Amino acid sequence: MSLLDIQNLTVTFPTPRGPVNVVDGVSLTLGTERLGIVGESGSGKSMTGRAILGLVRPPGVVKADRMEFEGQELQGLSDRAMRKIRGARISMVMQDPKFSLNPVMTVGRQIEEALRTHESLPRRALKARVAEMLEAVRIHDPERVMGLYPHEVSGGMGQRIMIAMMLIPRPRILIADEPTSALDVSVQGQVLDLIDELVRENGMGMMLVSHDLHLVGRYCDRVMVMNAGQVVETLDAKNLHAAQHPYTKGLLAAVPRMNETRAELPTLDRSQWAST
Amino acid sequence: MSPKTMGLSAWLTDDAPASRAQANLGRAYDIFRRLCRNPLAALGMAILLVLVLCAAFAPWIAPYSPIGQDLPNRLLPPSAAHWMGTDELGRDIFSRVVHGARLTLLIVGLVAVISAPVGLILGAVSGYFGGWADRILMGITDIFLSLPKLILALAFVAALGPGIENAIIAIAITAWPPYARLARAETLTFRNAEFVQAARLAGGSHARVIGLHILPLCTSSTIIRVTLDMAGIILTAAGLGFLGLGAQPPLPEWGAMISRGRAFILDQWWVATMPGFAIIVVSLGFCFLGDGLRDVLDPKSGDKA
Amino acid sequence: MSTDVESAALSGPSAPRRRGPRRFAGLRRLVEFLVILAFTFLGLLAITFFIGRVIPIDPVLSVVGDRATAAQYEAARVAMGLDQPLPVQFVHYVADVFSGDLGRSVSTNRPVADDLARVFPATLEMATIGIVIGVLLGVPLGVLSAVKRGRLIDQLIRIFALLGYSVPAFWLGLVGLALFYAGLGWVGGPGRVDIFYDGLVDPVTGLLLVDSLIAGDLDVFFSALDHIILPATILGFFSLAYIARMTRSFMLDQLGQEYVTTARVKGVPEWKVIWVHAFGTIRVPLITVIGLSYAALLEGSVMIETVFSWPGIGNYLTTALFNADMNAVLGATLVIGTVFILINKLSDILYRILDPRSRT
Repeated sequence: MSLLDIQNLTVTFPTPRGPVNVVDGVSLTLGTERLGIVGESGSGKSMTGRAILGLVRPPGVVKADRMEFEGQELQGLSDRAMRKIRGARISMVMQDPKFSLNPVMTVGRQIEEALRTHESLPRRALKARVAEMLEAVRIHDPERVMGLYPHEVSGGMGQRIMIAMMLIPRPRILIADEPTSALDVSVQGQVLDLIDELVRENGMGMMLVSHDLHLVGRYCDRVMVMNAGQVVETLDAKNLHAAQHPYTKGLLAAVPRMNETRAELPTLDRSQWAST
Repeated sequence: MSPKTMGLSAWLTDDAPASRAQANLGRAYDIFRRLCRNPLAALGMAILLVLVLCAAFAPWIAPYSPIGQDLPNRLLPPSAAHWMGTDELGRDIFSRVVHGARLTLLIVGLVAVISAPVGLILGAVSGYFGGWADRILMGITDIFLSLPKLILALAFVAALGPGIENAIIAIAITAWPPYARLARAETLTFRNAEFVQAARLAGGSHARVIGLHILPLCTSSTIIRVTLDMAGIILTAAGLGFLGLGAQPPLPEWGAMISRGRAFILDQWWVATMPGFAIIVVSLGFCFLGDGLRDVLDPKSGDKA
Repeated sequence: MSTDVESAALSGPSAPRRRGPRRFAGLRRLVEFLVILAFTFLGLLAITFFIGRVIPIDPVLSVVGDRATAAQYEAARVAMGLDQPLPVQFVHYVADVFSGDLGRSVSTNRPVADDLARVFPATLEMATIGIVIGVLLGVPLGVLSAVKRGRLIDQLIRIFALLGYSVPAFWLGLVGLALFYAGLGWVGGPGRVDIFYDGLVDPVTGLLLVDSLIAGDLDVFFSALDHIILPATILGFFSLAYIARMTRSFMLDQLGQEYVTTARVKGVPEWKVIWVHAFGTIRVPLITVIGLSYAALLEGSVMIETVFSWPGIGNYLTTALFNADMNAVLGATLVIGTVFILINKLSDILYRILDPRSRT
């Protein structure tokens, strides 16, 4: 059974020049698989993730024909019901731990909160679970790290803490919104490998949102390409090189290769497809 | 393209201005329009317009003389003949309030004109030259910033003697530090910018660089700051007036009027309260306008305060 | 309206952090702090000295009077040290101040320092109640205003807070007295207590509310409460305006941050997102704001005390002004200025100590 079933999702924002559909008629399904969503800035890929979690605040308006999680319609759920889903069933790892972690709360307390919100456990059990989770993200002195503040850890460790925080309540779906864009290249691979491993071990579904086509190709089973709020193409990751749509082909062509022979990298010719 | 062929508003909003004057006027017009969209800022501008008109045309707006005594008519309540009533000497309070607008405008205007340039120059020099000049000037600025403004103004006026000129000087002495900090911050940002180096290479003296290149960049922050400070200056001046240290009788300074109305506050409340309303309205006007200007000129701070 | 401390509070502690040996970092900062404090005091002393000696008023005349002969005048002048060069005079002045000698008041004919010690607790009492009111009301209003940004309640609170910058304190005091004392009879009038209670209670702390409770005299306590409530509330209003405005500003900053979204993603209930996460981050800068407001209240009490005939340091200052009692004026200026500086600098350093982001 698919975990997530979305039909015709639209997110509209009012602007001085009239309403704009930041996400425009997006449909997707997600099972226990890894789905990559690729697009440039402003393509609506991040907003899709936030719309699923009900995090689009007014004046944004979210509408969909269907937005079902494990068969349950997400639209129209009360705040309370939505809060039970957030974190516990669907979670999201965000881009930059410098900003996405509370700067004046210890790391341990933040991770604890993620767990405490959904399960009531005695203090010692909570601490044990937090330590266990930190070990799972390969932080090997959890006791010490738990007492640290976010600015006292490196970017890579911060992101692993974020992952720990988002996975500790054992959700079914993890949305990773540009999880490595703010990290050093040397650390990116480690973090993605970690996410990949944890998602597989726990039989979760994952949505990896990124602007990096090849990254998504490596870590995902299926790839969905977005442009200007719309889905341009969906294909299996292993067929990425055989993409049909000119936009996808343009993106693929624009990335330099290891043994590059071209003198100039091609640029996108946007006249080839209709876009707003 | 001359204004006549294009229509004035089109000329002002032209994307490719032909002259510097057109560009500056166009920018001012754009700021004005955006201010008008903000209802509170528009209200502020209206209040200040009324203030300026009252000050300029006081003898024509005020129905009675502000200093002519009319003892048989003393302490009359507000009525059709006397919109704000009369004071203890029979003078029409409304007329006195209108004439007081002149004093208010004079005081805040002079304080701004004295304190802002002094502060700006000190700050710019401090930031531009750095080193010991910076440390000493900023040390002095910090000391002044750490001191209570009203108390200092009181002490200065106590020493200088009561009177409107001394009040202005005393307030100005305490009002300059924020402008020094502002100018220093802006100067530090641009001190090593290429256009500054270019000006120096072209043979510009330090004074020229500071005066013609750096200080004009502080204009928008200064305007915002001055407008927001106005309310505080009005209140300080009124406070000095209330204590008898500002404009001396029979000048219709609003703070002094409140002071004289104090004795009658219980039965003839209007004598003390009416000038207070004038102070509140004008201060609010400056605050609204200042907030609006900040939203328009410095969008980074948003509507956060 | 925004000072250096506030902008630091809004943007976080300043970089760069020094790369010195860790043990001495705290000590070095303490020494820096004390040096800056010392220089600021020196600056204040210089200003009061300047006002007292350099500005054209003849200090000798105020001591010897108009009818003194030339010889008496000269003798007084030498005795006051006014024949010395200015820097020497300044050194003497500073030495005097540090030994507690602020001169003699011409009107009360007592040492200014004694007078000030006597009146200061009254101001302290009123300002303290004022700040409590300001915090208890200002913080929630500021948070509410930020959370409901753009809505009617936000606009109303903002205008209400702007009134705190636009209404003259002395005017509000007068109107308050007329309305709540004379008109409605809800509160006591000018002065600290009803006249027949004056001096009835031993001044243990100088704070009448505390002293009357210590003495167990409830009549005096309630009379004192009756009299303090209006002026303290008015001070509280001004404090509230400032605190609400700053709280709103801080909260808006925080509510737009990513970690707030993270908290919501975790499923944390909204009230916790606001009060535990967003508000938790601004607690420390808010302490600084409260400190600054407290210092401002001490300054603002000048006008309120005058209107309410409250026997505090502000009233002492204005009375001295009317009597041209320069020693008293300058002494009061010094004390108020000193307390003002102390509170400001302490608030600043408290921020740096308490903020976890300053931990190296």
